[in-house]
Amino acid sequence: MGEPLLIRAAALEKRYGSRSVFRPLSFELPGRGTLVVTGPNGSGKTTLLRMLVGLAAPTRGTLEVALDRGRVGYVGHEPILYRELTALENLDLFGRLYRVPERRERIGMLLERFGLWDVRSERVGTYSRGMAQRLALCRALLHDPELLVLDEPHSALDEGGVALLDAELASLAEVRALVVATHEPARLEPLATQRLALERT
Amino acid sequence: MSIAKPSLTALASIAAALVTLSAVLIFVIAPEDADQGFSQKIFYVHVPIALTAYACFGLGAWKAYRVLATRGERYDLESYTGVHLGTIFGVLTLVTGAIWAKASWGVWWTWSSNQLVLFLVLFLFYCAYFMLRFSVEPGPRRERISAVYALFGVALIPVSFFAIRLANDFIHPTVFTREGPQMTGEMFFAFCGSWASITLLAYVMYRVEVAGKRIDANLRELREALQT
Amino acid sequence: MSTYLADVAALAHKDLKLELRARDTLPAMLLFVLSTLVVFHFALPADAGKDAAYGLLWVALVFTALLGLARAWVAEREAGALDGLVLAPSDRSAIWLGKSLATLAFLVAAELVALPAFVVFFAPLDAAALAGVVLASVGICTVGSLVSAMAAAARGREVLLPLLFLPLAIPLVVGGVGASISEEPGTYLAFLGLYDAVFAILSWAAFEYVVTE
Repeated sequence: MGEPLLIRAAALEKRYGSRSVFRPLSFELPGRGTLVVTGPNGSGKTTLLRMLVGLAAPTRGTLEVALDRGRVGYVGHEPILYRELTALENLDLFGRLYRVPERRERIGMLLERFGLWDVRSERVGTYSRGMAQRLALCRALLHDPELLVLDEPHSALDEGGVALLDAELASLAEVRALVVATHEPARLEPLATQRLALERT
Repeated sequence: MSIAKPSLTALASIAAALVTLSAVLIFVIAPEDADQGFSQKIFYVHVPIALTAYACFGLGAWKAYRVLATRGERYDLESYTGVHLGTIFGVLTLVTGAIWAKASWGVWWTWSSNQLVLFLVLFLFYCAYFMLRFSVEPGPRRERISAVYALFGVALIPVSFFAIRLANDFIHPTVFTREGPQMTGEMFFAFCGSWASITLLAYVMYRVEVAGKRIDANLRELREALQT
Repeated sequence: MSTYLADVAALAHKDLKLELRARDTLPAMLLFVLSTLVVFHFALPADAGKDAAYGLLWVALVFTALLGLARAWVAEREAGALDGLVLAPSDRSAIWLGKSLATLAFLVAAELVALPAFVVFFAPLDAAALAGVVLASVGICTVGSLVSAMAAAARGREVLLPLLFLPLAIPLVVGGVGASISEEPGTYLAFLGLYDAVFAILSWAAFEYVVTE
């Protein structure tokens, strides 16, 4: 392998009160690895991904992510955007907060790549779900993260968006670490270097 | 742990004995106050209860700080128990204060007793603590939010006290005043005995409550593990 | 340090922009404070002194502020935007400071309407009273933004926020009323300054723990 480990999880557990979300998990992910997480609804995929980015804390066990905040990109179930701001304004704000160099150029490039350039000055509240999800992907990629964590990214996209995402993932998988939770593991099969199947407890 | 901790039963027995001893001290040994008569004896109970309430809130805040500084789940339980006990003693302070006010001045409440008003404000604050706590899902988020609020509570104690004093300067000029206790030797002894016994009682209650809640939590976890 | 302030500025600017577009919080606050003052006229008996009116001014201000604070984090909750702010490498306290400044701007805007109305309806306000309003507003917005974030994480948040906030607001009311009616407003203004310092620092330090696990 040769790549340093980016993520190391040992006996990872998460409980809310006395209810455990998943069985103790242990896995490792090297840089440039692609981890595909599958499992039925309620098996804890979202919780696991939120723990990887730092939005949730483990109850037991250890989770080490060898990256600073700001080197990780995240797309969750919500688009993580401000509805009353335009795409440009949203990306500009997050670009500032995430210290993106050459912010304007990068924003323009991403909007173009995901087919949102023409609607860049429209309020996100007017977007369709597919467009908002594409903008969420722009936001997650804005700061060129070393680790990209995606929670069922295909589900909100339209056909054109799905094609864009697949192309993006294919090119990213070789140079970045990916963790993708999905209902359609077959789609990511060519890219996956590791698989993790969660069960309902 | 190299020092053997005295067992809870032993502590409880000592507490019970001390409380009885204090009752004797208060009612039999301490002389009656020249001005206020028998009703002054509530002072021996009211002030230690108030001091214990402050101590419990302080304990709750210290454990809250530990929650934030480490990630220890156990501190959350201890912090909550501290606040819980503090609230109980706070209510007792208000009740004994009201009884004393009725006995001394014939009214159930007066705004001129700074300490009483402070406890009223704290009572409102800490009641909100419980409402907050039980509106958030159990988990690290709830632990942290509760801890922050408990810390705000102890910051509020001195600030509120100043505010109430300032308020009494202009808003509610004092109608009733009470001299600070000028205690004779026996009165002082009775006061200290009462204070020690109530503090120990509070500590025993704290240990019992924490132990009980821990057992509850372990039981729930076991039950959960057995079901899967 | 300059990036910190730049973050705060970007966040506060975002809130101002959002309000300018949605226009749901500020107009409500303005109308609320005016309505409350009118209600107070009917609530005060004919021979009530001037001092009573000052007390009611402060009640109006606190409850108007609560209206604004209740809406403070709604935009962040709507599409999960708070996660994006929390995940950024910027300091989490900058989120709190930006929000406090924006909320303060809205509260001051409401006061620019409420105070002249008060003077016209009830009683004059001198420099000390105005200084009291400014100092207390700072306290309201700093503590209020933190407490509002706490309530936002809970169920029943609309009801919870006033319960959490009002005990903390009592010292501010004392300071404000004192500054308005006392012959020695200096003490009360100093007290307000003390409150602001203590609770602003506490809120600044504690915010991180309220929005993370």
